[in-house]
Amino acid sequence: MKKKNVKTAILTVSCALTAMAALTGCGSSGGENGEVIVYNWGEYIDPETIDMFEEETGIKVIYDEFETNETMYPKVESGAASYDVVCPSDYMISKMIENDMLAELNFDNMPNAKANIGEQYYEQSKGFDPDNKYSVPYCWGTVGILYNQTMVDEPITSWAQLWDEKYADNILMQDSVRDAFMVAEKLHGFSLNTVDPEELETAKNSLIEQKPLVQAYVIDQVRDKMIGGEAAIGVIYSGEAIYTQRENPDLVYVIPEEGSNVWIDSWVVLKDAPNKENAEKFIDFMCRSDIAVKNFEYITYSTPNDAARELIEDEDIKNSEIAFPDLSQYDNLEVYVYLGEEGDALYNEMWKEVKSN
Amino acid sequence: MRNTARKIYIALIFIFLYAPIFTLMVLSFNASKTRAKWGGFTFKWYSALFQNRDIMEALVNTLLIAVISSLVATVIGTIACVSMSGMKRKTRSILLGITNIPMLNADIVTGISLMLLFISFGIRFGVGTILLSHITFNIPYVILSIMPRMKQLNPSTYEAALDLGASHTTAFFKVVFPDLLPGILSGFLMAFTMSLDDFIITHFTKGAGVDTLSTKIYTEVKKGIKPEMYALSTIIFVTVLLLLILVNMAPSGKNEKADK
Repeated sequence: MKKKNVKTAILTVSCALTAMAALTGCGSSGGENGEVIVYNWGEYIDPETIDMFEEETGIKVIYDEFETNETMYPKVESGAASYDVVCPSDYMISKMIENDMLAELNFDNMPNAKANIGEQYYEQSKGFDPDNKYSVPYCWGTVGILYNQTMVDEPITSWAQLWDEKYADNILMQDSVRDAFMVAEKLHGFSLNTVDPEELETAKNSLIEQKPLVQAYVIDQVRDKMIGGEAAIGVIYSGEAIYTQRENPDLVYVIPEEGSNVWIDSWVVLKDAPNKENAEKFIDFMCRSDIAVKNFEYITYSTPNDAARELIEDEDIKNSEIAFPDLSQYDNLEVYVYLGEEGDALYNEMWKEVKSN
Repeated sequence: MRNTARKIYIALIFIFLYAPIFTLMVLSFNASKTRAKWGGFTFKWYSALFQNRDIMEALVNTLLIAVISSLVATVIGTIACVSMSGMKRKTRSILLGITNIPMLNADIVTGISLMLLFISFGIRFGVGTILLSHITFNIPYVILSIMPRMKQLNPSTYEAALDLGASHTTAFFKVVFPDLLPGILSGFLMAFTMSLDDFIITHFTKGAGVDTLSTKIYTEVKKGIKPEMYALSTIIFVTVLLLLILVNMAPSGKNEKADK
């Protein structure tokens, strides 16, 4: 009796395994011109543009999404799914360059990327991709202050006003290390990429000093809380500003005079990408003006695509200072760069002190 | 006095447990996209949900994976229980201990180790890898719910069937299996719900372009969760609730009959 059971068990298990193997084996067969595997932020593309790309090129797109740079990185690094094109943020790109994970792009294959993306965005990208060899900007924006006109006495123009006791319990800060420290660093005129322990100490003390005034450290909820009038001042990404203003016209977005962070999410191709050629075709397609404007309307984050901006029908948005601030007017906007493991550890340590204080 | 205190206590527990879910359900009928404003009652997110190709694909994946993985896990788990019952007490308790470890193990550890395993064997990530992982983490739950039933079985009935001329297979299916059935069913449903709402293990073992509902919802974090997802979560919650009611009804119904 025992023997028979064991036999049945072995039989069933091996049957199951064969079935699995068959299932795993038959993955995608690809389009007539092969495939391209894209790894992008969630809700960060108009799905129609993917269909258009497949139709025009005959390349099948396998599209996958991630939620933060930090969850994307281990999946890409482990090679689990062998992606071709990824869309990380600035500091993550510099980390990937440092770890030799990215392939150099051939801009001759990407005429749209060369012609349509504004020169100033390539200039700004040099902060994390010094020779503009690895990345093509896709979305960008600034970090600033969103405030409710009806709840403040004077226009907000400076980070210092986030330390004003008048607004105690009415301030929303970002609940992420870099964004929170950026505020304090810019307040004191430091670089937002500083790893100088003394400067960080000063920034940390300011944050601790500010803490009793802060209503909450939040990420997504800034949007809803500001729309609902639950707080007077919040630190927010410019991409969200247009949407929140549409919902609540009392809200105003400013880039504080001390300067701020400008962030860029860019397309990159992985070094061991199985479909490099298709990857460049995909990036170039996304840089085509009619496609880029479709994506802009879907995502509402600023597009670095100058040709696409010309196609925006809504004049207010096309000329919006929020969506398209003139980068040349500011000399104190910086991109985040990767600080190295030691730098990261230092920031995390200090952030822990702030949060637990 | 004590009674009212008791009632208030229970009411509080239920409020804490269900208020968040209830809020989400209410928001799924909110015509405005932001939670801060009530834009009127609407079913539009529900209809938008069923027209969204990506979400529907994820839903099909989720259900498919849940059904297949819990079925396979139930078969393997049942076989495991039957063979374990024939073992010596010591071997059995060692084996049971081993099958219990994955349940105590953090999901993230299971997820990452499965991912590393698949990579080292060069298996292509896709629906298949998710399925394999779900079967793996479901088996202990099945064993957990069948094993107690197995221990209650009277071995004499099986032997009696053999003495009366039944073959091993007939004796198993006619005598042992019906007694195990409640345990098998609740094991299956338990495995089904575990598979349905797993996020972490799926996240690490899924391939490009394959999403289940939980991973799909999570990717929307950066841009804000869309109200379609509230609608979907409402539907999932109701489904899981129904399943849980089923799980809890199944064995208790049987016991009542036995008591009589």
